[in-house]
Amino acid sequence: MIQCKTSKEIGGMGHSMKRKEDDRFVHGKGNYVDDVKLPGMLYMDIVRSPYAYAKIKNIDSSEALKIPGVLAVVTGKDLEQYNLHWMPTLMSDTQMVLPVDTVMYQSQEVAAIIATEKYIARDAREAVRVEYEVMKPVVNPFKANDEDAPVLRTDKEDQKDNHIWHWEVGQKEETEKIFNDAEVVVKEQMHIPRIHVSSIETCGCVADYDKVDNHLTMYMTTQAPHAIRTVIALVAGHVGLTEEKVRVISPDIGGGFGGKVPVYPGYVIAIAASFLIGKPVKWIEDRSENLQADSFARDYHITAEMAGTKDGKILATRMKVLADHGYTDASANPSKFPTGMFSIGTGSYDYSHAFMEADAVYTNKPPGGVAYRCSFRVTEAVHAIERITDRYALEIGKDPAELRFQNFIKKDQFPYQSPTGWEYDSGDYEAGLKLALKTVEYDKLREKQAQMRKEGKLMGIGLSTFTEIVGAGPSKDFDILGIKMFDSAEIRVHPTGKAIARFGTKSQGQGHETTYAQIIAEELGIPAKDIQIEEGDTDTAPYGLGTYASRSTPTAGAAAAIAARKLRDKARKLAAHLLEVSEDDLEWEPGKFSVKGAPEKSKTIQELVFAAYTNHPQGMEAGFEATHYYDPPNLTFPSGAYICVVEIDPETFEIDVKRFVAIDDAGNIINPMVAQGQVHGGLTQGIAPAMYEELIYDDDGNILNGTLMDYLVPTAVESPNWETGHTVTPSPHHPIGAKGIGESPTVGAPPAIANAIVDALKPYGITHLDIPITPAKIFEALKEKGVLDKPIVG
Amino acid sequence: MEKEITLKINGEEYTQKVEPRTLLIHFIRENASLTGSHIGCDTSSCGACTILIDGKSAKSCTILAIQAQGKEITTVEGLATTEGVHPIQEGFKENHGLHCGFCTPGMMLRAVELLEKNPDPTEEEIRWGISGNLCRCTGYNNIVKAIKYAGAKIRGAELPSTEPVFVE
Repeated sequence: MIQCKTSKEIGGMGHSMKRKEDDRFVHGKGNYVDDVKLPGMLYMDIVRSPYAYAKIKNIDSSEALKIPGVLAVVTGKDLEQYNLHWMPTLMSDTQMVLPVDTVMYQSQEVAAIIATEKYIARDAREAVRVEYEVMKPVVNPFKANDEDAPVLRTDKEDQKDNHIWHWEVGQKEETEKIFNDAEVVVKEQMHIPRIHVSSIETCGCVADYDKVDNHLTMYMTTQAPHAIRTVIALVAGHVGLTEEKVRVISPDIGGGFGGKVPVYPGYVIAIAASFLIGKPVKWIEDRSENLQADSFARDYHITAEMAGTKDGKILATRMKVLADHGYTDASANPSKFPTGMFSIGTGSYDYSHAFMEADAVYTNKPPGGVAYRCSFRVTEAVHAIERITDRYALEIGKDPAELRFQNFIKKDQFPYQSPTGWEYDSGDYEAGLKLALKTVEYDKLREKQAQMRKEGKLMGIGLSTFTEIVGAGPSKDFDILGIKMFDSAEIRVHPTGKAIARFGTKSQGQGHETTYAQIIAEELGIPAKDIQIEEGDTDTAPYGLGTYASRSTPTAGAAAAIAARKLRDKARKLAAHLLEVSEDDLEWEPGKFSVKGAPEKSKTIQELVFAAYTNHPQGMEAGFEATHYYDPPNLTFPSGAYICVVEIDPETFEIDVKRFVAIDDAGNIINPMVAQGQVHGGLTQGIAPAMYEELIYDDDGNILNGTLMDYLVPTAVESPNWETGHTVTPSPHHPIGAKGIGESPTVGAPPAIANAIVDALKPYGITHLDIPITPAKIFEALKEKGVLDKPIVG
Repeated sequence: MEKEITLKINGEEYTQKVEPRTLLIHFIRENASLTGSHIGCDTSSCGACTILIDGKSAKSCTILAIQAQGKEITTVEGLATTEGVHPIQEGFKENHGLHCGFCTPGMMLRAVELLEKNPDPTEEEIRWGISGNLCRCTGYNNIVKAIKYAGAKIRGAELPSTEPVFVE
């Protein structure tokens, strides 16, 4: 049970307050970017490449331009005149806005139509004739650096092959020595597939350039409006769009999951078109365009190895990654971290040595490397460590739960220095796993499994006990394009005691309008219902780096608490003035200051705020406002213990998730209902790549499942009934002890599911299956083991 | 070649000239300026555009506006009445059945038809019943809960608790 310090009326931390934003959503009054309609607005549509790698011989727009209502067909050559045909990526690579001569992946933008109506723009799209000279693409990342592979990035002078970068961390030689001497070494090759966030709202914008004022208002589905404003100014400052002339408005967002962090070519083309024509230009992509061209997630090929003793002590791990980045490195990572937080891959276990390395390559696939509800590549790392841990348990014949207890970092070892350089802030991994085991009645479940195996039934139990790393991040290490990854809150309390607070983050469904209000309510005692939260307008909100990587509560949430504490300090001064006592003689309880020993002498926060405008002491600044920019001293390390139980049909190999129990530890919880909702959603985005989702390309670089007809986003039928709970281990360095929750389940669920399926197939000699694990994959694996010669059913 | 059509949406008549190829969802969003119905895909897979036509749920991206002439169309904007919100709206809000809100209007209208046919559906009936509507945020647990709650409200039965349940 979560204890609350405030009354339900105040609604501070720990209350399952109903969400303040929901009224507009359930009435259809949300305001998403496609709902923005401006006078004289034009519509943009995009011609895309049918080929993965081709020279553009000619673009013939003449037929398109004959269609009444078509104003322009914009090509790379048009943008080249303004030096707007390319843009920088977040990883200091470059990306075409529109190609001048070569297309690098299927569905790449080739030209843009600007027309008076949506349907006319689409007609014109079909009328543009593009002549291509098709070339043999590089599709398989393992062959990207073969001698006969073409060098893809001929636009980069120093690029002599398709290798992008090498990265490593850890103790290479010592780790190798441990592996050489170890009693047990296990190794698996895994692919964490290329997947797509596929938020139900696609990406889009309305670029509204006012020629008279030389001012751009950009309505845009962005998770990081301030960073976008700065990027626009950096890229287009030379044509007059300096930062004070740019306003980015991120309206309601229909899901983000990292896919709305990058700048896509469509945004830049829309800005350029509005700039040149002087009218608002709307661009809303189709789902198929979104799936086929916008940033992918994952696509890491990992060789994972673990060394240990025969009785189950983990000694070291080694991981080697091949990262397929597509045509350019457009990963959404902090600048100094080419593999994001992959180095968290030593997991929840206490051992001294690890070595990890990664190489990235270019291929003829769309660029990307975004989150998919995950903090910068944590999911890849967690999958590798949780799978290889299970593989080790299998090898030595030890129960995977027992092996985890044996190796957990213990509660009293925190803060814990990991062999790859992180300082884990806090954790109680044993408590989480104990609760998960108790919930599923683990021992009985194993007995049941033994019985079912005798009957030839395929039942598996899978565990995942993971550590996340979120809340980027401390300014000494974390920046994006040089901008430090702090975040901000500004609170203004009006004379009547009601407030508005603005943030540098941007909710995409996480419920900030409720949870931020609860943090301020906790600190100031002003009821959460009286606090309006605003985000997403760069003209009014304080600067911040946005919402992704579970960073909103760790950064902006902390900023809210500290800004509120500044105001509480001011309230204390006002109370001392009004009650004519010294500040030390005052006691705070949520919502009021009273005189120690004389509780009848008190002033409510509302009275004190009113006094700040009507009766403030001489020498004190009037008003009741505070701002804080929070630079976190460390990251936060949420953790979880997940157990999945599956049964596999012995004839069709259909996988039935019978139970899934998720115990999370995200530190102190702001709103249990919202936190649980985040866990539910994250779990479904965990089962998705584990069993259903993968972007598949053929040898010619054609995407084979680029629509929602064949890219399988789980429905309510595929999604099991999630059972969730929590342990609470507060972050010691975070002002409210919170850690962030939105992504843990997406990170932790896939290995639990994979481990359960592999466990079900254990009697047949299967040690690993790559996700997504489908009935077809199980069939192939069993066939290979020669166990399908006779029926499995006992 | 535009054609004048009249559509009755949420009890109000909208007369507009449209091309025969105009999709119903575009008529609703652009011509009638009712932007509560959303577009989430181009293959009739996501259900964000779900509305009611004569009380039956339909994906309005797969129907031409002209086909809907003479029928009663209900969108999310037509759910609440002067007497208050529809039970399904209350269900979604009280049970945290939505996060980003983008799939919510379509999901609610689908649920309205479901509950019209059977106000006391089992969890499995609800899950299959909304399997034409995708939600990327919620993991569906609380959508199921929201629909059960609305069913109880419609039946006049005792309302289930809206507090989150945790394993302890």
